Amino acid sequence: MAGFNKVVDTYEQAMAGLSDGMTVIAGGFGLCGIPEGLIEQIKQMKTKELTFVSNNCGVDDFGLGVLLQDKQIKKMISSYVGENAEFERQYLSGELEVELTPQGTLAEKMRAGGAGIPAFYTATGFGTPVAEGKEVKSFDGRNYILEESITGDFAIVRAWKADKIGNLVFRDTAMNFNPMAATAGKITVVEVEEIVEVGELQPTEIHTPGIYVNRIIKGQFEKRIERLTLAKN
Amino acid sequence: MALSRDQIAMRVAQELQDGYYVNLGIGIPTLVSNYVPTDMEVMLQSENGLLGMGPYPTEENVDADMINAGKETVTAVTGASIFSSAESFAMIRGGHVDLTVLGAFEVDQNGNIASYMIPGKLVKGMGGAMDLVAGAQNIVVTMTHADKRGNSKLLESCTLPLTGVDCINKVVTDLAVMSIKDGSFHLLERAPGVSVEEIIEKTAGKLVVPDHVPEMKV
Repeated sequence: MAGFNKVVDTYEQAMAGLSDGMTVIAGGFGLCGIPEGLIEQIKQMKTKELTFVSNNCGVDDFGLGVLLQDKQIKKMISSYVGENAEFERQYLSGELEVELTPQGTLAEKMRAGGAGIPAFYTATGFGTPVAEGKEVKSFDGRNYILEESITGDFAIVRAWKADKIGNLVFRDTAMNFNPMAATAGKITVVEVEEIVEVGELQPTEIHTPGIYVNRIIKGQFEKRIERLTLAKN
Repeated sequence: MALSRDQIAMRVAQELQDGYYVNLGIGIPTLVSNYVPTDMEVMLQSENGLLGMGPYPTEENVDADMINAGKETVTAVTGASIFSSAESFAMIRGGHVDLTVLGAFEVDQNGNIASYMIPGKLVKGMGGAMDLVAGAQNIVVTMTHADKRGNSKLLESCTLPLTGVDCINKVVTDLAVMSIKDGSFHLLERAPGVSVEEIIEKTAGKLVVPDHVPEMKV
């Protein structure tokens, strides 16, 4: 009996059930806090026509960018993209659909999706191209637009530590979108640096409770740095 | 003389107050952190999820898991907190950040801002800019007064797709400091040695000019 033990041994098990046309919510900001091995597994699986919800789309040879090589991504829902040449090429040629979404709205769409809230009003984007086709409502004399929340068939998440029942702790700013992504997947898969025994994490230090998590795999991370900036001597 | 990028940042730093939580955008706004008065404490917010951003790390202290909203490696100051992007934008959207400084392509006399998209060029996205301009109470825009061809960037009405409407109340350019209210730019200060006439000439929007326009102290 596995009980609440959610640890899987292979990446095949971690991403089992992913199929063409699904929506995947991915944690990470730039190359920071991305589930590197899960992305590589999706590349190996050659799953096509995927919609990815992620703040960014990696770079040419790292992060979600690697899934562009075999045209596995049909649509990106992101706040900032284009750090990679292949992305630009596919976008400009119309092969890749892009839905630009303000960063805070994107985070809230994931959070609301995971919390069972179908839509919310925000002032962000009112009067801009983002508001096109969306309901506007005034509260206390200020205009807000209605934004619909997002859920995914899968969520892929990177955490620092997990216990075997899926309680998660994130490390530094690698947290970013990961906690919201974890709540918004029908199947949430977490790639972690370290798996610890149940009881090792203090209940109050847990960032994401295990109820949101379906599968855990221990990964090995390159942790590539996108922009190395150093103090001047 | 028009101000340098650093001088614009120095002037913006005069807008800081002790105890302020501040979000600085990419470019000139980032330079503001170099000119925080020494008798003052401010806490820098980075919208990926860090309150209390510190300087760039030394080589030994570089950590791939510690970056700012510009994806640069950074450190955290003592007393910093780290949280999710949803929490980060809750503080922004909820109006808890005291001052936001960001760049722009165009600003108009009604406080509208265009900063993320030039049609015909590749659109990379707005990142957190739309959330920041919609959420902050107190926003300062830094920009050059005119583009390289001499066309004013302070307009009657923005021509580019907007980042936000009726949200900008102060602009610091290489030539002037201006407030925006009641459908006009109001000239508050001029760069040292820059004439009021030059500012009038390079401001396409409606500009209210008082009898005396002091020079900026930079």
